[in-house]
Amino acid sequence: MTDLTKSPADTVPAGPMVKAEAVHKSYGLVEVLKGIDLEVKQGEVFCLVGPSGSGKSTFLRCINHLEKVNAGRLWVDGELVGYRQKGDKLYELRDREVAMKRRDIGMVFQRFNLFPHMTAIENVIEAPVQVKGESKGDARERAMALLERVGLADKAKNYPSQLSGGQQQRVAIARALAMKPKLMLFDEPTSALDPELVGDVLDVMRGLAEEGMTMIVVTHEMGFAREVGDALVFMDGGVVVESGNPREVLTNPQHERTRAFLSKVL
Amino acid sequence: MNSLHKGPAAPGRPDVIKAVPVRHPGRWVGAAVILLLTAMLIHAIVTVPAFKWDLVGHYLFDDRILHGLVVTLELTALAMVMGVVGGILLAVMRLSPNPLLSGTAWVYIWVFRGTPVLVQLVFWNFLGVLWAKLSIGIPFGPAFWSEQTNVLIPTFVAALLGLGLNEAAYMAEIVRGGIQSVDEGQLEASQALGMNRFDAMRRIILPQAMRVIIPPTGNETISMLKTTSLVSVIALEELFRAGQNIYSRNFQSIPLLIVVSLWYLFLTSILTVGQYYIERHYARGSNRSLPPTPLQRLGGLFRGIKSAPAAKPANAGGHGGGGEGGGAA
Ligand SMILES: Nc1ncnc2c1ncn2[C@@H]1O[C@H](COP(=O)(O)OP(=O)(O)OP(=O)(O)O)[C@@H](O)[C@H]1O
Ligand SMILES: [Mg+2]
Repeated sequence: MTDLTKSPADTVPAGPMVKAEAVHKSYGLVEVLKGIDLEVKQGEVFCLVGPSGSGKSTFLRCINHLEKVNAGRLWVDGELVGYRQKGDKLYELRDREVAMKRRDIGMVFQRFNLFPHMTAIENVIEAPVQVKGESKGDARERAMALLERVGLADKAKNYPSQLSGGQQQRVAIARALAMKPKLMLFDEPTSALDPELVGDVLDVMRGLAEEGMTMIVVTHEMGFAREVGDALVFMDGGVVVESGNPREVLTNPQHERTRAFLSKVL
Repeated sequence: MNSLHKGPAAPGRPDVIKAVPVRHPGRWVGAAVILLLTAMLIHAIVTVPAFKWDLVGHYLFDDRILHGLVVTLELTALAMVMGVVGGILLAVMRLSPNPLLSGTAWVYIWVFRGTPVLVQLVFWNFLGVLWAKLSIGIPFGPAFWSEQTNVLIPTFVAALLGLGLNEAAYMAEIVRGGIQSVDEGQLEASQALGMNRFDAMRRIILPQAMRVIIPPTGNETISMLKTTSLVSVIALEELFRAGQNIYSRNFQSIPLLIVVSLWYLFLTSILTVGQYYIERHYARGSNRSLPPTPLQRLGGLFRGIKSAPAAKPANAGGHGGGGEGGGAA
């Protein structure tokens, strides 16, 4: 079997993959994240649930610095996100340095965001070739293997508009994996899909989890969270309300707000 | 068996509909009127002696006209290249988070769009009067190298600067509109993959913006072809000026204006066809299957099929869609 993702065992299983300390984020006067503390361990499937507008996407986007944190600290694999610390002073990273760090973090979006002017395989080889400078031949070979793995080898030459939503999302996962990330962020990867297409995408994610990929998954698929998740956090109004083992939190929520939310989605 | 489930090969298949199509008597009347008017116009044009059709034929391929034609084409092509390259640069600058860049672009567009291109042309031509010499050296200090402005900027270059720099300002707004039409998620996805702004622009955003940019750029090119006739005021012998030079001597202005017009019409027609194919190329990926080309449609017509089946998009430079795309029709 070919191991297509970097096995986390290669790296020292030292600290957590992601650590957040009192992360605050505001848009203008509106505070969206009001102090998030959490830890995502290496190889963990970390589920993030909560009502719409609770700040889940915002938090996810802070992790790869698509959004700037206003206060608090965020580390990925032991390194501060977006800044360099010298003494007790913070220095903003240059755009190129930020881009460099994003290479190791894959992101999958609710609306797929495939590049519509490129075929499936071109989508997958784009970043390895342009960003990492891999040779086209190598990248193509690995891209084929990745498409095979998400069950779409026969659609390699299709444009995104010629693929179903579920197929597009699987290509998007392959595209993210092509950068050999150490962390994958999923922002409601199945909520734009027809119910019968959700299963294929979740199967791919399940496979990734089994291989030991560290994943943060924003989802409303409680079945997936219960079955595959190692940890679950319930967010509401920009704070973590409750966290723990998904099977425990989902069956026996401690907080009224968690209970109210779960009664709606379950 | 339920009739709804009968396949196309089933014996009880209903007859193909043969209905009387809707009649359009108004169209026939309209066509007759237009035909009559056209005939009258042609008759008038051909019989009025002032048009001197024999002279038109004589001057159509005159050396001076053909030379002017080449100059017009060169000016159009180079000015559009300047316009497109400058326009992309200005648009990216205007959308940049750097206020110095966006401010510079704003001022440039403000000045060059806010003054008539005719004035700009004459201005570039008079640069030699304003500053007799252009030099390179320490600002306000000694010059290492200098040259007569009129040598450095001959009429052709003045014309090119006038047209190209002005065009860049217009193209900048077209390109900006194109870039802004691309979904924000595209930039996010590129950045999430570790691309920097420049690569994301070049590889992801601009190619998609092209679909919006190309049609107005085609119009700009056609418009530019005709605008080049303005440089006749700075005595550059392009197509129109070539015609003028001839009729200023032989006083056959009408035939020569017709010669010039025929050439402009011919060139704009070619550009229109080219535009169609370029637009089609950049539409790939946005439609499930590309529309047939006019030639394919014509082929369909001769085979007696009204709407040619959406042909396999095989002729789009090998970018044919796979199995799913073709059978959409
Ligand atoms: N760019 C922005 N400018 C201003 N407000 C924003 C911006 N992005 C998000 N918000 C606000 O921040 C809040 C949190 O948004 P976020 O997208 O993180 O929620 P979410 O938990 O992902 O919700 P959903 O489940 O609907 O995706 C919302 O109230 C939203 O309106
Ligand atoms: Mg969200």
